[in-house]
Amino acid sequence: MKNKTLAIIGNPNSGKTTLFNRLTGSNQHVGNWPGVTVDRKTGHICHRGTSLDIVDLPGIYSLSPYTQEEIIAREYVLSEELDGILNIVDAANIERNLYLTLQLIALGLPMVVALGFMDDVRAQGIEIDCNKLSEQLGVPVIPISAKRGENIGQLLDTLAGEMRAPKRQPAYLHGVSAAIHRAADLIAPLGLRCVSLPFYAAKLLEGDQALWEQMEKLGMPQSMRGELHAVADAMHSHSNTTDNEMVLADAMYDYIEEIVRASYQKPRSPKLTITERIDRVALHRVWALPIFAFFMFLMFWSTFGPIGSALGDGMSYLIQNLLSPAVRGALTAAGAQSWLIGLLCDGVIGGVGGVLSFLPQIVILFFFLSVLEDTGYLARVAFIMDTLLRRIGLSGKSFVPMLMGFGCTTPAVMAARTMENDADRRMTIMLTPFMSCGAKLPVYALVAGALFKQHQGLVIVSLYVLGILVGVLAGFILKKTVFRDVSSGFVLELPTYRMPSFKGTVLNMWQKAKDFITKAGTIIFLMSVVIWLMQNFTLTLDVAKSSAESILGVVGTAIAPIFSPLGFGHWQESVALLTGLVAKEAVVSTMSVLYGAAGDSAVLAGLLGTVFTPLSGYSFLVFTLLYMPCMSAFATIKREMGGWRWAFGAAAFQTTLAYLVALLIYQVGSLLL
Amino acid sequence: MKTLNNLKPGEIGIVDHITAEGAVKRHFLDMGITKGVPVMMERIAPFGDPVAVRLRGYSLSLRREEAKKIVLEQGTHEK
Repeated sequence: MKNKTLAIIGNPNSGKTTLFNRLTGSNQHVGNWPGVTVDRKTGHICHRGTSLDIVDLPGIYSLSPYTQEEIIAREYVLSEELDGILNIVDAANIERNLYLTLQLIALGLPMVVALGFMDDVRAQGIEIDCNKLSEQLGVPVIPISAKRGENIGQLLDTLAGEMRAPKRQPAYLHGVSAAIHRAADLIAPLGLRCVSLPFYAAKLLEGDQALWEQMEKLGMPQSMRGELHAVADAMHSHSNTTDNEMVLADAMYDYIEEIVRASYQKPRSPKLTITERIDRVALHRVWALPIFAFFMFLMFWSTFGPIGSALGDGMSYLIQNLLSPAVRGALTAAGAQSWLIGLLCDGVIGGVGGVLSFLPQIVILFFFLSVLEDTGYLARVAFIMDTLLRRIGLSGKSFVPMLMGFGCTTPAVMAARTMENDADRRMTIMLTPFMSCGAKLPVYALVAGALFKQHQGLVIVSLYVLGILVGVLAGFILKKTVFRDVSSGFVLELPTYRMPSFKGTVLNMWQKAKDFITKAGTIIFLMSVVIWLMQNFTLTLDVAKSSAESILGVVGTAIAPIFSPLGFGHWQESVALLTGLVAKEAVVSTMSVLYGAAGDSAVLAGLLGTVFTPLSGYSFLVFTLLYMPCMSAFATIKREMGGWRWAFGAAAFQTTLAYLVALLIYQVGSLLL
Repeated sequence: MKTLNNLKPGEIGIVDHITAEGAVKRHFLDMGITKGVPVMMERIAPFGDPVAVRLRGYSLSLRREEAKKIVLEQGTHEK
């Protein structure tokens, strides 16, 4: 059987994912590109005796080496693994899509163009002559509709059959083609892939830094370098600019306009497209905000409101109240050691249960994110919110993760995946934990209820506001230090509104859920076992009789003095904060146990009144608000940032900031009060 | 010097050249903002920035600061 590896490449929003799903079905594998957090999807199909491995490259506008996606795609198409390219082109947005097509043709690999969204185009009364287009591009062009499955069979036949390299390279005007040709001849001795020389030549003429460095490594002689520069200078002598990047882009777009004029028939009286009509309302200067607020509310409410929390509670009920006692009973009957029962039931099942209770919320959130993204509204969210968020160095796309952070940090951090710009994404992930998550509310309610009585509500609101303010401050700090050199532009396509496909949405939800359980779940599982051991064993590895002599108690006692300047130096608070790393609401239950209130919240509130002053209580809440997130969020941050260094860095940054802010509040407060 | 930032919603300008550098220039070119292309100012975001423009049959959003780097030919064209 013949074996082929093909890459599917296209612009963002060109229907690439829909086509990929259509071609490969659920026979997909999602992994990671080495060193980055961009998904690497591969699918496998057999068609007419040919085995096809299809790699879904990230959506890109060009093969420039700037964004992470472009670099991945470029390295992959220049690698030796690839046997051919399937380029998907959005027929409704043909001019800009063909720009990438021309760059792909320059690679000289066997190639097929799938012209997608043909049904949309026909509905607009536009006619495209695919034969003519194919003739001019020198590659086969197959009109398809991935959603309705139109011509997918023909496309598969072409892919499985004898795919051919482009018949010729495009003839650019003003000496551009001649210059590319000459440059390609010059660099031929360097041993690059022969068919791709036109691509290398064009990029070198443009002054592509990354490629020039690569040529240097291949041992480009000084004389060749001089000759290339001479060709580059000659190329722009025909035009009124000395900028070869512009000369080439102009030439390519001129060529595209010519092709489109010949094969594309616009209707006599163009109708306003559906997208334009929707945007008249959805992006209206007055109505945009209420509509936006409504959708955000709907998403937040569904994820963290009754539906999401009921499903989450149901999941933890199943595990804690049904599975755990069943296992405990079975183990006891089998005569297992009590420590083993504790480890399995409290440590392992408890930890895994903690992971699974997040699952419904993650699935619901990703349902909304997937729909928001696939319909095209997510780009509009960024458009609406950009001005507010860029003041703190973020971009409009950070809004959704930040908002979800008020529910739960774990899915919020995962939501940051929708951001293309890597620095923006990392910064959003580091700031999201400052948005006070839902699990911290019981802690606020307990302490504020015990110490501030009538002003309880005000105190809680002040904590939420403080979290946002510290997030803004942290944004400024990060922008001035870690992410100094990054000027995140905001040039964003507002894509055509489209109906999301049911299959694609479900597939996306399933992949995200699986990813969360396997990747984050493993770390959370290990951490719960470690924390359980620390809670139940002494330093000499005997079973601890009281919390005070457990490893966690000893550590808590040891670190307690660190918190004295913050106003809460008892070991009980330190231990409570440590168990808060398992889940923030555990702070309440730990304090209840350690102060001997036995779960009675009225008794605990009374006791807290004797332990804390209002000021030290507030300082404790501020620290709880700001210090490193729970281990589920921590594991997700590690996973999304792609390394322990980033995860520990973020945790250290958050905890330091928490300490400083609480210190400031307690010390200044002590002076004033 | 008239830039894309000077257009009011509904007005069309013809791109003359771009003054951006590096990644932003590359991105402009990749998105089809090249010499001679007509660009229509479509709308302005609720908070006054960014703006959305229409060119080559699609909509593109960019900040005013970036729109200032796209220089237009003299003279306006009503839609």
